[in-house]
Amino acid sequence: MSELTAEGGHGAVPLKDVPADKGGATTQREWPLYEVFVRGKRGLNHVHVGSLHAADDEMAVRHARDVYTRRNEGVSIWVVRADAITASSPDEKDPLFAPSGDKVYRHPTFYDIPADVPHM
Amino acid sequence: MTATHHETHDEPQAVFDATIERGDRIEPRDWMPEGYRKTLVRQIAQHAHSEIIGMQPEGGWITRAPSLRRKAILLAKVQDEAGHGLYLYSAAETLGVSRQELTELLLAGRQKYSSIFNYPTLSYADVGTIGWLVDGAAICNQVPLCRTSYGPYGRAMIRICKEESFHQRQGYELLSTMMRGTDEQRAMVQESVDRFWWPALMMFGPPDADSPNTAQSMAWGVKRNTNDDLRQRFVDMSVPQAEALGVTFPDPELRWNDERGHYDFGTPDWDEFMQVVQGNGPCNAQRIAHRRRAHDDGAWVREAALAFADKQAAAVGEGR
Ligand SMILES: [Fe+2]
Ligand SMILES: [Fe+2]
Repeated sequence: MSELTAEGGHGAVPLKDVPADKGGATTQREWPLYEVFVRGKRGLNHVHVGSLHAADDEMAVRHARDVYTRRNEGVSIWVVRADAITASSPDEKDPLFAPSGDKVYRHPTFYDIPADVPHM
Repeated sequence: MTATHHETHDEPQAVFDATIERGDRIEPRDWMPEGYRKTLVRQIAQHAHSEIIGMQPEGGWITRAPSLRRKAILLAKVQDEAGHGLYLYSAAETLGVSRQELTELLLAGRQKYSSIFNYPTLSYADVGTIGWLVDGAAICNQVPLCRTSYGPYGRAMIRICKEESFHQRQGYELLSTMMRGTDEQRAMVQESVDRFWWPALMMFGPPDADSPNTAQSMAWGVKRNTNDDLRQRFVDMSVPQAEALGVTFPDPELRWNDERGHYDFGTPDWDEFMQVVQGNGPCNAQRIAHRRRAHDDGAWVREAALAFADKQAAAVGEGR
């Protein structure tokens, strides 16, 4: 029994020594990966909700509807091939964001205004 | 500038540890220990496989639903489970494995899915019992996972948990309806509950004393509660629900313990559990054979869609 762990939603499954990847090519060419963005309702931005595989753009939109908006979660969907996205460098602590770190004067709270000045 | 400057010189392990320590999430492109990555792949993959295989026990009843209303509900429920599988495969893919790889590992019997789906569904009451007890036990397991340390896994769990409450309620309502019916219908409900109670308790896994990996998973924030804690929580929730429904659980040791403030209950048959895990359950072979057939039968569709996409792309290319 010592080889069992119950993590994961539906209960105990042996995980020890289970392969975490296949270590070889898969047998079939896979549909490309798309990232899905949904506008929840008018007035809101599109927000990333997840991803899916589809053979082409049109199918990606259809699948996104079936997978991510089964309960009126959206009024508009964007899909984009995952390999078309350009991102900042892998580290979430990227120095790319450093320039904003020492510019406190960009925030309204940086400025002292007398308490009796209205509407500011 | 200076603060950022020295943080980028930290050892990746130290940054990872500090992120877990703060209760912050690890995101896909962060450095992570290989053991953490592999544990997550194994856990998320078996979870995804369970959602997909889990469509089978109930799916078989869709064409035999007793009314159009029940049929629409069951279709929606089973479709949700397909969606859960997809959310989870997507989360696993952020760790550098592909859905196809994981599917092939499942079909080759090298990765597993939850044993609960290796039990047969013998009557329509089982659809209700699965919703109430099996989805109910899954909810107990899954709610804490919404706060798991790996971002994509936690986000998938949040989506899933939102949908699970429909699953549990439709099951309970189905059973309530049958309990208001004939003696024969009431007997069907009790018989179904008798079959599923112990397997549902087994879903939480072996006792903590026999679960050596729990400590590491809890330290990583991958797991949030121990098996025994979750099992107790499930029993405590289920007993009053059974009373309201008018059914009993097949456990002579089940009784309220005033001192502990919890229900005491008997020990599941762990030998039976091990048998099912090792592939000797009533439906193990059938479930994988069915999944393999569906995968093989669908191969031409996947190929045709790709061929069509290639052709469209070529046509667009020529048009330019
Ligand atoms: Fe599910
Ligand atoms: Fe469910």
